[in-house]
Amino acid sequence: MALPNNYEAVIGLEIHVQLSTKTKMFCGCALSFGDEPNVHTCPVCLAHPGTLPTVNERAVRYALQIGLALDCEIAPRSIFHRKSYFYPDNPKGYQITQYDEPLAVNGRLGDVRIHRAHLEEDAAKTIHVGSSGRIHGSAQSLVDFNRGGTPLVEIVTEPDLKSPEEAREWAQLLRTTIKQLGVSDVNMEEGSLRVDANVSIRQTGASKLGTKTELKNMNSFRFLERGIAAELERQAAVLDAREEVAQETFHFDPRTGSLTPLRSKEYADDYRYFPEPDLAPLVSTDQMLEEARAALPELPANRRERYETELGLPEDAARQLAFDAELADFFERALQTADGAEPRTIAIWVTGELVARLREASDGEADPASSKVTPQALAALAGMVDAKQVTTGAARQVLATLVAEGGDPAQIVEREGLAQMSDAGELEAIVAAAIEAEPGAAEKVRAGNPKAIGPIVGAVMRETKGRADGGEVTRLIREKLGAG
Amino acid sequence: MIDRDQVLHVARLARLELTEDELERMAGELSTILDHVERMNELDLDGVEPTSHVVALENVLRPDNPRPSWPREQVLESGPDPEGGAFRVPSPQA
Repeated sequence: MALPNNYEAVIGLEIHVQLSTKTKMFCGCALSFGDEPNVHTCPVCLAHPGTLPTVNERAVRYALQIGLALDCEIAPRSIFHRKSYFYPDNPKGYQITQYDEPLAVNGRLGDVRIHRAHLEEDAAKTIHVGSSGRIHGSAQSLVDFNRGGTPLVEIVTEPDLKSPEEAREWAQLLRTTIKQLGVSDVNMEEGSLRVDANVSIRQTGASKLGTKTELKNMNSFRFLERGIAAELERQAAVLDAREEVAQETFHFDPRTGSLTPLRSKEYADDYRYFPEPDLAPLVSTDQMLEEARAALPELPANRRERYETELGLPEDAARQLAFDAELADFFERALQTADGAEPRTIAIWVTGELVARLREASDGEADPASSKVTPQALAALAGMVDAKQVTTGAARQVLATLVAEGGDPAQIVEREGLAQMSDAGELEAIVAAAIEAEPGAAEKVRAGNPKAIGPIVGAVMRETKGRADGGEVTRLIREKLGAG
Repeated sequence: MIDRDQVLHVARLARLELTEDELERMAGELSTILDHVERMNELDLDGVEPTSHVVALENVLRPDNPRPSWPREQVLESGPDPEGGAFRVPSPQA
């Protein structure tokens, strides 16, 4: 599923973040998810005549925090616009959004430039119910306005991403950043984080951008990656056939993993934006900016730096932890409970063995918080490795047991007899026996071939069932064979 | 001057069906509005900031405190044909 070498991908993302305010963007109705339809509505969010919107102060604050976290320039003054479209998910006949004077512009997160970030309101939920028996042959939709008017921040990137994998990784970094801010639940499955992709390809090295298509509804990071990969491949096939890519919007179907073109909306681009006369301009005062800055927590980029410089973590482990909110939470909690374990050891076990085991156990997802392994247990295990109470191999067995059934590592070690051999005399005797059992190998090692040591080490490990430290075993064998 | 096709275009965007008589009347009425704007364009407005709000206000913000929503029964009375607590509408996809 790779793009052929003669093409390169150009990918930009559009992200909608539902803010976790208590009320809607322009009225006092409570936000909700999963409640009975239409129990959180009022004349304002239902667009009754004569009603007026008022801006939610917290939504502005959250949007400023997002803008600052994305290193954007905050506009000293921004205004709202009406984006006109006629559809039952929007009772006013327009969405209140920001257009040519958005709240935040020209930012950057990681390697990707941010074009803009602005405030707007979410649409209602419509459910297509198909034909009804009452009115022959006419399809119908049910509209639930609970979500209508929920505050959103829309973030638009520049087309700086070069592959589906990069797009997924960056989207995860963005999610973690916003999660750290505490301004959204950023739950893709529940729709509080929605990622659309603009995808085009061009001949490698060409400067002109190809025609882009838009992909919607990819409600997980895996689907985002898969959807983009499928679309890149489709576009490459179109160009290979000497045809032209048409500007289209595709809907990703998570059940089939396929992209379906949406019926092109007639006059879709004719939104007739104009300034919202019911709302006064937003002015970012020094006080608002100071407060938003003061509320910024440690962001993933800073966290990675701290992990490397203060905790001495290897670069990739620092990055993996800092860019994944769930892993970082787990790591931080493990650090707090760790008595004796090195941060580095904990980090390596979390990002390496734990993630691998969890992915095996749960279809690719690796959220340790929903596993049976507690941060305390992982920290205790790392401590035992550091103190050479268990070998690396034995610790892996303990971790497998922890993932499967939870529990306390010390008890598992005790129960399974996995404690590292500390009796030097016992190990020496086993080494001596192994050398006797492998005379051929022993002879080669004596003759100066260090690689021949394998069968002897293997024999010792079998005998000790992984309880002996590999380095120590090798050292002992060499010593006994005079091969130092 | 707004022509017949422009009226049809705007009507389609608003999903309105107009009779021939209405089409003609709308073309005239909409043209009057544009003519009025055209007259204002004759004013010398160099150096005048565009106004997006008629009152010189800024940052009119509301604290994020929930207020009771309206009872659903009452809300649904505004629609002709509710179903299971939701408004029922002709499918926009049809």
